[in-house]
Amino acid sequence: MDLRMAEFPLLSLIIWLPVAGAVLLFLIPRRAEGLIKGLALVVALADLAVSLPLWFSFDRSFAGFQFVEKHPWIKALGVQYFLGVDGISVLFILLSALITILCILISWESITRKVKEFYIALLLTSAAMIGVFCALDLFLFYVFWEAMLIPMYLIIGIWGGPRRLYATIKFFLYTLIGSVLMLIGIIVIYFQAGTFEVPELVQMGLPQGLQLILFLAFFAAFAVKVPMWPVHTWLPDAHTEAPTAGSVILAGILIKMGAYGFLRFSLSFFPQATLALAVPMLVLSIVAIIYGALACLAQSDLKRLIAYSSVSHMGFVTLGIFSLTANGVEGAILQMINHGVVTGALFMCVGIVYDRTHSREISYYGGLASVMPIYAAFFLVFTMASIGLPGTNGFVGEFLILLGTFQAKKWAAALAATGVILGACYMLWLYQRVFCQKVNPQIARLPEMNLRETVALLPMLILVLWIGVYPKPFLSFMHVSVKALLQHVHSAGSAIPLSQLIKEGLHAVFPV
Amino acid sequence: MPFSLFNLKALSPEIFLVVVASLMVLFDRAIRAKDFFFWTGLFGTVLAWWLARESLGLAFGGSYLADHYGFFFKTIFLLSLFLSLLISPAYARREGFHFGEYYGLLYFAVCGMMLMASGTDLLVIYLGLELMSLSVYVLVALDWRDSRGLEGGLKYFLLGSLASAFLVMGLAFIYGQTGSLNLLEIKRQLTVSASEMAVLSGIVFFMVALGFKVAMVPFHMWAPDAYEGAPTPVTAFMSVAAKAAGFAALGRIFLLAFAPAHIFWMKLLVPLAVLTMFVGNILAVVQTNIKRLLAYSSVAHAGYVLLGIAVGTREGLSAVLLYLFVYAFMNIGAFAVVTLLQRESGAGESIFDYQGLAKLYPVPAFLMLLFMFSLTGIPPTAGFIGKFYLFRSVVHAGHPWLAVLAVLASVIAAYPYLRIVMLMYMREPERQIRPVASPSLWLALGLSAVGVILIGVYPGSLLHTVMGSVF
Repeated sequence: MDLRMAEFPLLSLIIWLPVAGAVLLFLIPRRAEGLIKGLALVVALADLAVSLPLWFSFDRSFAGFQFVEKHPWIKALGVQYFLGVDGISVLFILLSALITILCILISWESITRKVKEFYIALLLTSAAMIGVFCALDLFLFYVFWEAMLIPMYLIIGIWGGPRRLYATIKFFLYTLIGSVLMLIGIIVIYFQAGTFEVPELVQMGLPQGLQLILFLAFFAAFAVKVPMWPVHTWLPDAHTEAPTAGSVILAGILIKMGAYGFLRFSLSFFPQATLALAVPMLVLSIVAIIYGALACLAQSDLKRLIAYSSVSHMGFVTLGIFSLTANGVEGAILQMINHGVVTGALFMCVGIVYDRTHSREISYYGGLASVMPIYAAFFLVFTMASIGLPGTNGFVGEFLILLGTFQAKKWAAALAATGVILGACYMLWLYQRVFCQKVNPQIARLPEMNLRETVALLPMLILVLWIGVYPKPFLSFMHVSVKALLQHVHSAGSAIPLSQLIKEGLHAVFPV
Repeated sequence: MPFSLFNLKALSPEIFLVVVASLMVLFDRAIRAKDFFFWTGLFGTVLAWWLARESLGLAFGGSYLADHYGFFFKTIFLLSLFLSLLISPAYARREGFHFGEYYGLLYFAVCGMMLMASGTDLLVIYLGLELMSLSVYVLVALDWRDSRGLEGGLKYFLLGSLASAFLVMGLAFIYGQTGSLNLLEIKRQLTVSASEMAVLSGIVFFMVALGFKVAMVPFHMWAPDAYEGAPTPVTAFMSVAAKAAGFAALGRIFLLAFAPAHIFWMKLLVPLAVLTMFVGNILAVVQTNIKRLLAYSSVAHAGYVLLGIAVGTREGLSAVLLYLFVYAFMNIGAFAVVTLLQRESGAGESIFDYQGLAKLYPVPAFLMLLFMFSLTGIPPTAGFIGKFYLFRSVVHAGHPWLAVLAVLASVIAAYPYLRIVMLMYMREPERQIRPVASPSLWLALGLSAVGVILIGVYPGSLLHTVMGSVF
């Protein structure tokens, strides 16, 4: 696979700038809260600014990795500091940088305890997430992937809601158990191929039986992160209990890492296992779509409802990925961005009223539209985007996914489409209960959104409409990379029957 | 082979340690300023390390070999001695054992460990083991007013004597079969008789005796009591150094002398190692005393390290070296924080005393967080590098499923460690315990933290060293 080296270490700058910012924050005395917040915001803005060249000078007609940096790191283990982006990862870096800024804005007043530590943790999370999307060395990838757990554990556990302790340890343990299995998978790959370098590993074919086992090891890590049914149960707890910024990061970026992992590693390293396991993956995705949507209908907690809707929406993403068609995969990538934008925005919206009322109960609200009309308008747009109304970004993503799935497996598309209908049910019902009906006296005097909150939501609104009306600039990043990826998968030959693959897998594990 | 009967140069660090220790014990009465012993101890440790580095060689007709393997272990012993010494004075002064014998006993123990690490004769290893054990028994019960210390010390002594008996028994069996106590000679003889019952039971006896020293399940029963009862600096010291000494002997004996019987003893050691990991971690989950918790966690860590021995490869052995080196930093660091918060009569030992620590004293809390994440094995800390290299060697030796079991055990371990982080950072303080810090304690904490981060971020040169340190 082609590599285009960077003349300037742009990716390193994007990753390490927040870390440098965190170190600076560490040195500031904790009393200077204004300075701490200001500096965090400046660092985040600078990070977005330095990542903008990715948008403008990214070569959209080049299938390999660009902006590549490669230096030896741990020679004794064959580990390199190897970064690069392609059409699959580039948008996530931009999204991460953007969402970090919005998280700082939305936490400005709602975080009152341990302010300094909060912004340090936030910036470190941001750095690790960007690192995950840039890393082209499996070891480096794993380091970023795991390092992200530390600040995230603290963000949920320290600044979260009443059941935060339970939620955060559950989040940590679920993620860790998946990750360590992937770690063993990484080690096994290393001894098979003799390298940790992703581009080289893509070229290298692994034995079929081993592919199945390794696919499952990586699946453990990615499925927990996505999260796919039935390992999704950490998500409603973590999302619900996390502070607003934590929920936004979780929904916006963190759970995308799982789906990204499928695209970057599972599909390209284990093409035969992918082909053989595509149908089971589609089934799991459909279960997630329908189960998540039905669970939404039963929720009485605002954040919990949105969390379950994430399960459903991420089901669409994995559906698109394992449809293994160009439309499906491109739709999945776009839908990941969309979901980050829309669900992130919805969590920010919930955070805005939560700061005022300290209640997440749906029944606590009612008639909010006449109390906070501007807020209601914003929420309405995000609701529509979540449903997938034409003209919003949700429509483009879901449409492409369903189109791609229909090309691959018609029954899957038909079943998944019910998720869209259910999505309309729960989101509209939510909107009705919170914003329409009679004004609940408890909330009659809530102040309208202030300028800071509006500014934080505005970029999301713009993205919703921009992608909804004219998605071409976003899709144009992906075409070439996705095409190359799918060509690679399908060139692995026709799908081997699963039973034979299992037999070979067992043989690879227990050589008799 | 050069004439090496009286090559005392190879033994110079041990001789130096014994001389200094004897002087410390002898002149304890004469010297009032007890800090003198502390400073002597510190500088002596550095000097002993320098001597060990300068004096590689063979002595006593091939029964003592100061090679790179031995030197790396001596580095671990002296490093943990150095760090433990740094956390000692404040604690020892408070509990009333800030006197020469304390420092002298630590020196004797280290001398015994060094003999274990470099002994190439079963009898030398046995002597080293006894010297170490007897010193550590006394150290555990040093605070004679504390009944827990006495109980722990006695338990350790009784069970330890039994283990020593096993060792002597194994030694007799092996000698009877091979006619030699020299490890190389045993290896040569063992090839022909690996299937014989006497040899096999000899190997099993060695496994029991050394397994006892490294707290391998089911011979770990003494560890929680001894660790809890011992003065905290002693706990820190023995949890790392005494364990490392056990592994040094285990590695040398099993991978050199018993190498021909690897297929046999591996079948025994692997289940025991797996059992050790799981039992240690699962029991750590329910502990509420921080020293007991760390004791069970140290049982579990012994389980991981045992895997490195069990796979029987050079790479596995080098992973053992690396892991123990890393473990010295993170475990003594954690015990340094424990020392910082501990008061008379067991106050500050409950994990609930750590509640809200981050709010009251952010720096110790942050350091504890670092050590806890390192013990869990989360990058970018040294603990991750240690685990990664260890599991890598296990996979490379052809046992991926063993590595899977090990990582699953390490997930269980995450809970107790994270629980402490949770208490420190996510709960409000209930009762206030002022940390009593001394400059030397801060130095120990600082060194441990720097070690944990530095090895985590740039392990390159250390990896080269451990790869070159196996025989």
